[in-house]
Amino acid sequence: MKGLSRIQAIFSKELTQLKRDKMTFGMVIMIPLIQLMLFGFAINTNVRHIPAGIVDYSQTGLSRILIQTIGATQVVKFSQQYMNVDQAEAAIARAEIRAVLVIPKDVSQRLARHPTVGLGSPPSSDEETSRAIAQWVVDGSDTMIAAAIKSLRYMPLAELLNKPVNRSTPTFEVTLLYNPEQRTAVNIVPGLVGIILTMTMIMFTSAAIVRERERGNLEMLITTPVRPIELMLGKIIPYMFIGALQVAIILGLGYVVFNVPFNGGLWQLAGATLMFIAASLVLGLVISTLAKNQLQATQMTIFVLLPSILLSGFVFPYEGMPELAQRIAEILPATHFMRLVRGVILRDVEIIDMRYDMIWLALFTAIGLAIASFRFKKNLD
Amino acid sequence: MNDYVIKASNLSRNFGDIKAIQGLDLNVEKGRIYGFLGPNGCGKTTAIRLLTGLLKPSAGEIQVLGFTLPRDAQKLRLHIGYMTQKFSLYDDLTVQENLGFIAKIYGLSGRAKRQRIDELISTYGLEQTTQQLAGTMSGGQRQRLALAAATLHKPELLFLDEPTSAVDPENRRDFWEKLFDLSDQGASILVSTHYMDEAERCHKLAILETGIKRADGSPETLMEEMGAHVVEVASSDLRQLKQSLLVIPEVITAAQLGARLRVLLKNTVADPLAFLRQQKNIAPEDTLSLVRPSLEDVFVTCTGKSRQLSKAS
Repeated sequence: MKGLSRIQAIFSKELTQLKRDKMTFGMVIMIPLIQLMLFGFAINTNVRHIPAGIVDYSQTGLSRILIQTIGATQVVKFSQQYMNVDQAEAAIARAEIRAVLVIPKDVSQRLARHPTVGLGSPPSSDEETSRAIAQWVVDGSDTMIAAAIKSLRYMPLAELLNKPVNRSTPTFEVTLLYNPEQRTAVNIVPGLVGIILTMTMIMFTSAAIVRERERGNLEMLITTPVRPIELMLGKIIPYMFIGALQVAIILGLGYVVFNVPFNGGLWQLAGATLMFIAASLVLGLVISTLAKNQLQATQMTIFVLLPSILLSGFVFPYEGMPELAQRIAEILPATHFMRLVRGVILRDVEIIDMRYDMIWLALFTAIGLAIASFRFKKNLD
Repeated sequence: MNDYVIKASNLSRNFGDIKAIQGLDLNVEKGRIYGFLGPNGCGKTTAIRLLTGLLKPSAGEIQVLGFTLPRDAQKLRLHIGYMTQKFSLYDDLTVQENLGFIAKIYGLSGRAKRQRIDELISTYGLEQTTQQLAGTMSGGQRQRLALAAATLHKPELLFLDEPTSAVDPENRRDFWEKLFDLSDQGASILVSTHYMDEAERCHKLAILETGIKRADGSPETLMEEMGAHVVEVASSDLRQLKQSLLVIPEVITAAQLGARLRVLLKNTVADPLAFLRQQKNIAPEDTLSLVRPSLEDVFVTCTGKSRQLSKAS
């Protein structure tokens, strides 16, 4: 009972301080707002309009139609013409363009003999007929750009010749669930919830106790009957509300601006989010008991934040990582939340069906709280 | 029921190789104001932190209000108040909010809380500042707020670590009035200071130097039993006189006070005035007079050993 009133004392004190600290309060709103707008528009894994150049040795009507047809795919945007390949490669080195299309002198003959143009399928050993009609030279250092250009390799050529496109039969039929239009924002916005919460929650709490120590308040607090666990809880609870507010901002705007569907149940989302907020806050507390000043606390926060962005599956698929990285990712609360939030919002999964992730978050919170309370000794030794 | 609120014996505390407190014996009587006098870095704060259970001793035994430390530190907290050297309430909360926070921490609520806070605000003259942020108040106001917060739960024993270091003399005098009020109401107080005039107000005091207790007792007893003579010399060239006197082994120290030189002589010298007359730099027309020792003289005599070492080097 007394413990509760002490937690309440710390809780309301924390709120009053937060109310006074206009900058931090502003950050609570502005961080999710601005970052959502920025990343929601900016992050796009469908690469388009890659700046490209042309080296046209044939200079025929056909080569010009070829260039137009490729331009119409919007994968590349031709901006420069070069006299020869050497000049073009120099331009790639200067990063003026990322790729160059080299059209050989005999492009018409090559096209005429190309198997897709209607002479039927010649034996593949026939060197004369199985040649490509032109060549791409690409800055291959960025794998995403390289992959985008590679996707042009089997571009249908039929429309070049004013022929109706042959209905080709694909080997596999692909059905895209949950995001049929393949919009990156659908995947990014829910993930952004995890990233922004990781950042703000860990940062706020890690600074919260360190600040008390730096300003000397802690020396006074530990001579009072406050218990470590009461102090920890009193500090965490206000930030849980702030976290919930941020989630509401991100998902609300995501729905309005980016048209991210909300398929799941609200309570499911609330459950998953509260677990994740608790885990992040506790991680912040552990940091605050390790750090000696606010600078150290910030450094440690970034130490956790970077893997949370890069390994959690926020941008790069978890499945693509080597096993060691996957194990590290499994430790991070952000990874589990990323699965939960995308599951609930996009696929309408019940969190009970993803209990492995929920249990891990709960475990993380409990262990973290124990470590933080244990590490926060009520003396100055 | 014993009459001592603090009993410590052979208390020591090391920080790595640094011996902050060595073999401290302490007995503080109930209802008294007990002072720790010593220069900065002599271990006053460490001693207070040991006695409040904030630090664990490297050796020795402590009993505070009958609680054995460090074992019962948590239980002791309800019975003591601690005013830290640095202002440790919240700069970004108002006076009212700070006191409200402390009251809730000690389990006061509703009417009892409001009554106690109003009482403290009027006792410590904070009526004009209740809605002011603590960070924007003057040194004197902040210190009164800190004392109000430390005494909110009516502790039996109050620890004050250099409470007046950031306060002007008038506020210091008022502050001590409040301490005597608290003492009259039955609270025991342990206060550390490096001001001689404050130390003289204590019922009893201990002189600390480099973590060792050099002397303790009431200020009067300490002055009477100092074991040194104090002679004031009025002369023309005091700077030179001081240099020549300091090399004499019987002279503990000499300090200039305006137009006079205050000389401390060891009490192995039977007749201090005659002894000084014989010294070569004392002119016949110079006036010499034996004066009553002050607490500063006691302090210098007690801690003289190390000063002599520094003098020789």
